[in-house]
Amino acid sequence: MKNTAHGGQPAFSGSDDYVASPDLLNAVNIAVALEKPLLIKGEPGTGKTMLAQSIAKSLDKPLIVWPIKSTTKAQDGLYVYDVVQRLYDSQFGGDGVDDIAKYVKLGKVGEAFTSDRQVVLLIDEIDKADLEFPNDLLWELDRMEFQIPETRETVTAKTRPVVIITSNAEKELPDAFLRRCLFHYIEFPDEELMERIVRVHYPDVDDVLLAECLKAFYRLRGIGPIQKKPSTSELLDWIRALELGGVPVKRIARELPFIGVLLKKDADIATCDRYYN
Amino acid sequence: MFTAFFYFLRARGLKVTLGEWLTLVRALRDRVIGPSFTQFYYSLRTIVVKSEADFDRFDCAFLEFFKDIAAESDELPKELMDWLDNPDINPDDYPDLGRDDEFNHWSDDDIRAMFQKRLAEQKEEHNGGNYWIGTHGASPFGNNGESLRGIRVGGQSRKRLAMAVAGERRFRDFRGDNALNLRSFQTAFRKLRQFSSRVDAPKTELDLDETVRATGDNAGTLDLVFTKPRKNTVKLMLLMDSGGSMEPFMHLSTTLFQAVDRSNHFKDLRVYYFHNIFKKRMYTTPEIDYNDSIPTEWLFQNLHSDYKVIVVGDAQMAPRELTGGYYPGHELTPTGLTWLRRFRDHYKRLVWFTPSDNDPIAHTVWGASYSMIRKEVDIMPLTVDNLALAVKKLMVAR
Repeated sequence: MKNTAHGGQPAFSGSDDYVASPDLLNAVNIAVALEKPLLIKGEPGTGKTMLAQSIAKSLDKPLIVWPIKSTTKAQDGLYVYDVVQRLYDSQFGGDGVDDIAKYVKLGKVGEAFTSDRQVVLLIDEIDKADLEFPNDLLWELDRMEFQIPETRETVTAKTRPVVIITSNAEKELPDAFLRRCLFHYIEFPDEELMERIVRVHYPDVDDVLLAECLKAFYRLRGIGPIQKKPSTSELLDWIRALELGGVPVKRIARELPFIGVLLKKDADIATCDRYYN
Repeated sequence: MFTAFFYFLRARGLKVTLGEWLTLVRALRDRVIGPSFTQFYYSLRTIVVKSEADFDRFDCAFLEFFKDIAAESDELPKELMDWLDNPDINPDDYPDLGRDDEFNHWSDDDIRAMFQKRLAEQKEEHNGGNYWIGTHGASPFGNNGESLRGIRVGGQSRKRLAMAVAGERRFRDFRGDNALNLRSFQTAFRKLRQFSSRVDAPKTELDLDETVRATGDNAGTLDLVFTKPRKNTVKLMLLMDSGGSMEPFMHLSTTLFQAVDRSNHFKDLRVYYFHNIFKKRMYTTPEIDYNDSIPTEWLFQNLHSDYKVIVVGDAQMAPRELTGGYYPGHELTPTGLTWLRRFRDHYKRLVWFTPSDNDPIAHTVWGASYSMIRKEVDIMPLTVDNLALAVKKLMVAR
């Protein structure tokens, strides 16, 4: 895919430290052009969060990250009305207590809406929150505006931010929410793509070592009963460990040195032993 | 053509809504989607499919639909597409044409208009050169060419084609109607919580935020606000067939057990084992040992009828286990069928899963027991879709 422009916007084509597959690039560019939130799902370790950073970097836009926790409420992202502070100020005579706006602080979504430049807004791990959470953001993400009843103010996005939402599929997301998003599932990279990814991180990695590692890595991932399959970041750590440890290349596939870097569970290591012996 | 595909996707079980379809139409109108078929495929998938579980269904539908439509499309005649997709030439056979891309300063509309004109004029294949729609040339149309701008007609330089990608059906494993792995089990069981939050609970928890707000509104006079606790009220009983004909499905049963065991959001979770069908005693370990057993009667007395019951068993046994009669080592009064009915009547929300999706009636002598059980309770093969369906069933009021 060439770096052609759709409607004048520069297209996203990955960045120096992020290798993306063509279908992912296509999804991102459509989402940017249509101004729709892009929902990214995928196995852990496929670079969902990195994607937003990479988009921000390559389109030269500021990145605003809203990490979601189990206690996060949709309201927190819009604005927080600090009633306690106001109450405190009113009792102890702070200045400007009558000015409600002073106690209204914008959240991450509010920040993204009020920014003068177009920003990339990353709503990270949306499935961590309550099941109702995505539904509470429907209007805001659709119309890119919200109201602050306390100040009778409507915050409207000056420029619609590029919204990237990631999910680990821990909970199903509501249909109404899904309908408003574009969707992309990041597949686990195949060997070819993985090789490029590794080379981005370790440009001077030994070719033979890399080939052996990839072979062993994908063979390991192919073992059915392994519960926690190793992901990209584990592979990167492993390659580094093998390099530093100076393990002879031909021993890699046979003995899997430093297996603890790849597999994090006792049961998995035992399973692996059984398969290899 | 696109409207037809919309209904086609819906007929294939993809819940595409009008809103999503309008988004696609807008994308096509604004030329957000490039004219390559592959990009069209990816874009279509991005816009209308919202779960990796539906990717395979989409791939199938896409293959089926566009296989025929390509021939009828007046925009990209099939022969043209075919030939552009598989140009039977080698780029090295052609001399460098000294391309300085005169088309660079053209607007998209100019290029598009010219494309339509050329398409009307062109009557033959064309490779190289800088005018016609063809391969390896400098004209803005066609593929494998050098022009930086323009319309790709078919082909994908070193990229896979839409049909090839769809045809691979790489997402087959994600299908909802596939048999389960641990993760999909867990995801399905999480739904047992979805429908249970905030049900019938009294307002017992102090809502701090609302209290502060109300107190603020009340000019500082304390105003307590209470809310319903967000506790899960679901109590689950898992009854698993163990041994005998269940042996081949050990892995599946273990996976289900692990998923339930890890889903720590249930108010209470009980797991019991049985052999073939419920009898006088239920077992607490899969070994079916008398020392680890409790009277089935005890269950009815101590576990309230609001327990939701999931039974896993292949429902294949000698019919006399259900209807009574001699069976070594067990006294079969009441009969298996009686116990089954007692379970069904006591625990109103009960589903039965079979690990094998073959219909046993057709090919085994054990089929008789299957059809007898089916008359009494809901019985279905254990798949993601069915589990979700069952969870929904378990959650609705009696």
